[in-house]
Amino acid sequence: MSLAVAKKGAITSIGPSAWRPAVVAIAILLVLAALPSLVDPYQTVLLTYGLIMAIAALGFNLLLGYTGLLSFGHSAYFGAGAYTVAFIVRDLGAQSMELCIVGGLLGALLISALFGFVCVRHTRIFFGILTLALSQVLWSLAFKFFWVTGGTDGIRVASAKLTLLGGFVNFAGPGSFQRFVFAYYYYVLGLFALATVIMWVIVHSPFGKALQAIRDNETRASFVGISVRRYRWIAFVISGAFTGLAGVLWVPLNGLTTPDILYWPFSGEIVFMTVLGGFRTFTGPIVGAVMFNYLKTYAVASTEYWQLLLGVVLVVLVLALPSGIVGTAARLAARFTRGTS
Amino acid sequence: MTIFIIQLLNSFFYAAVLFLIAAGLSLIYGVMRIVNLAHGSLYALGAYVSAWVVGGTVGHAASGTLGLAGLLLLLPVGAVAVAVVGAVIEPTLLRPLYRRPEEYHLLITFGLLMILEDAMKFLFGGTPLTAGSIMDHMGSIPIGRLLYPTYNLFVIAIGLIAALGLWWIIYRTKFGVILRATSQDRRMAAALGLNVSRVYVQAFAIGCFMAGLGGAVVVPAQAAVLGMGIEALILAFVVVVIGGLGSLEGALVGALIVGLVRTAGIQFFPEIELAVLYLIAMAVLLIRPTGLFGRA
Amino acid sequence: MSLLETVHLKKYFGDTHAVDDVNLTIEEGEFISLVGPNGAGKTSFCNVVSAYYSADSGKIIFQGEDVSNASVTQRVKAGIARSFQLVNLFDDLTAFDNVALAIFSREGKTRNIAALARRDSEVTREADAVLNQFGLAGKRNELARGLAQGERKLLDVALAYALRPKLVFLDEPTSGVSTRDKGQIMDTIASVVRGEGITAVVVEHDMDVVFKYSDRIVVMHQGAILAQGTPAEIRKNEQVAMILIGSSGPDAFSRKD
Repeated sequence: MSLAVAKKGAITSIGPSAWRPAVVAIAILLVLAALPSLVDPYQTVLLTYGLIMAIAALGFNLLLGYTGLLSFGHSAYFGAGAYTVAFIVRDLGAQSMELCIVGGLLGALLISALFGFVCVRHTRIFFGILTLALSQVLWSLAFKFFWVTGGTDGIRVASAKLTLLGGFVNFAGPGSFQRFVFAYYYYVLGLFALATVIMWVIVHSPFGKALQAIRDNETRASFVGISVRRYRWIAFVISGAFTGLAGVLWVPLNGLTTPDILYWPFSGEIVFMTVLGGFRTFTGPIVGAVMFNYLKTYAVASTEYWQLLLGVVLVVLVLALPSGIVGTAARLAARFTRGTS
Repeated sequence: MTIFIIQLLNSFFYAAVLFLIAAGLSLIYGVMRIVNLAHGSLYALGAYVSAWVVGGTVGHAASGTLGLAGLLLLLPVGAVAVAVVGAVIEPTLLRPLYRRPEEYHLLITFGLLMILEDAMKFLFGGTPLTAGSIMDHMGSIPIGRLLYPTYNLFVIAIGLIAALGLWWIIYRTKFGVILRATSQDRRMAAALGLNVSRVYVQAFAIGCFMAGLGGAVVVPAQAAVLGMGIEALILAFVVVVIGGLGSLEGALVGALIVGLVRTAGIQFFPEIELAVLYLIAMAVLLIRPTGLFGRA
Repeated sequence: MSLLETVHLKKYFGDTHAVDDVNLTIEEGEFISLVGPNGAGKTSFCNVVSAYYSADSGKIIFQGEDVSNASVTQRVKAGIARSFQLVNLFDDLTAFDNVALAIFSREGKTRNIAALARRDSEVTREADAVLNQFGLAGKRNELARGLAQGERKLLDVALAYALRPKLVFLDEPTSGVSTRDKGQIMDTIASVVRGEGITAVVVEHDMDVVFKYSDRIVVMHQGAILAQGTPAEIRKNEQVAMILIGSSGPDAFSRKD
């Protein structure tokens, strides 16, 4: 047990060698970059979804893993990003994906700043209920104001009309979807890499340390001079922005945004994938999101009762592997290296 | 005036059902400090089982001999079934987690929710089930120049009886004393020789029974449909947040407030009816984090 | 000008007068021990001055400024720090990170979101120096939760010290450790505090420790100050002896090193 604890700390604290994870990260990135030419387009699309959700889970875990706040309403920021993009494309006729990203991020920032301001006044279960209730407000509005949001039909965002990199890449003409899928994968991969680096810096910055201090001991954090509530709020907004970015990127791929992504079970999925990977590790949410995406896709494809299947997985996970895939793997690896050395 | 009375009765009907659900949720939280995300699904399960039993019985020729009273007696079967499910869930899935942070409680009950939702889809199919024959049997009574279903009044009465019954159990029986002692300090209760594990199973089963009863009484009036549990859970949350998590009085007052606001909302501001409810819950959390009747 | 002055400070919990009209003046550089039986209000006094609780009434003047309504973080920034009776650490961070965090916070660097904490060589050097001063250099990379009780006690004090406070409250820095470790911990604390000229208020039960290290002893009883003076004066005070003997056993005064 003490071994597990020590390992957990070693991951959250700053190890002496940063170059090794960097080398591993670059290797993984290269493999990911080579993948579309090795697998069929469907797999590429799946992986794109996985990477997008990884950005959302990374953002979510800044709150859960690093600040100790369990949000059950992250669908709100994902949805805020997605709907802002849909509005920009539909109402402003914008085509540039970069414009969509800027707009969507602003939308998600606005909502998360507003909701966060309210939510960080509480912790623990009340924080969870507040985030849940607020996300439901957004859902019910999207659901009921159908003349703005399209109601349950949602809003279509045609990928063929979008352009990437300031108009440099467009998808007009034949084979539009295949070309979009291919180019968009790299687009998402690039942003995913960027988001991961930014998040890595954040959690290893003095600010990130302060968040972990708040997570471990709120009282003591204030007694070393950290304004706990303000830091929680900032973490909340950053977290919302990451999840919002995921929402932004998700829309063109899905081609449609509906109130489902604002509904609270979607928040539950974000929690699920983060725990699946392991919320006490940096890479856990990434692994969890990609895995969850595959798991859900195959569950949905193989049975009508995919929810039941996922539910069983979650229950087993919580009972048997509470530290998630990455946490458990790290523990096993530590035991293995200790055993051999 | 007649319309007003009918609307008032509608909100009481609604509040009665909500109270049954929310009281169970609140009881479980009060005793075990677990927020059960699957609570709405247990309510839906109660609805399905009751509708299935009553509907199945009506389908058979013998039902003629059963009459209204017989059907009414069959109705609580759903509640009992849910209580049994609860008594199985608590020791197997929840008990290993009491020492873990509350994130895990939320996660496991979320997993349970997913399982229950699909299990109901598997068992009862996608078609709505109803026990409407009970409502038909009971007929209606005149209010002003309009007719109002007698069954709705029956449900309001059930809600009141349940509130009184729970109050009696909690404040007037030996079991209630044990329940309150355990809820205040689990370790102390164990040190005093109380069988905490048994209290937990009982409390959880009672909470589930309440949810199931809510489902059972609702099916003669409204069909059991997929997804009803999730909607109910969110509304029950609003109720307990307004009233105070863990408080019986809170659940009652919260249910009345939500019932009234909802009825008024459907009438006057249908677009933002749900949003208004969530905003009320939020306002209460900000001004009085423990709810109107909650303790810190 | 005194460093700290409390004026008619009061804090009641229902019928319990935890801090009852306390007027205490603390001069810069003093090493003060706060003694008294359990429930005398020693910890409550520290809690009120450090803003852990808000006072019911009265004033707290720190360096000539009224800080009665200042928040915890404002008082920390002004130079009031504290440790805790029940150790309060960041358990999932290493000993080094615990101390480094206090330094980052003091320097206003926790706002820094785009720099790597470990790249800050100034803070690293200082945090290592602090760990060294408290004899914790060897435990640098251990998680706080994995340290022994005595080490945790020292780390708790080190966190307060790393804020470079002008006034530090140490609430029973040696409670829960063996008698042998007690002297070592107090020696470490006293040498650091005196060496840096920090004003310290120490809550302590062990009268040997109190007499050995204090410049001034303040005796509290039922929320109020009963007596204060140098160790020699307090030794002679029979009223104090009665109260302390009544609480901490007949050995309180008789033992000598």
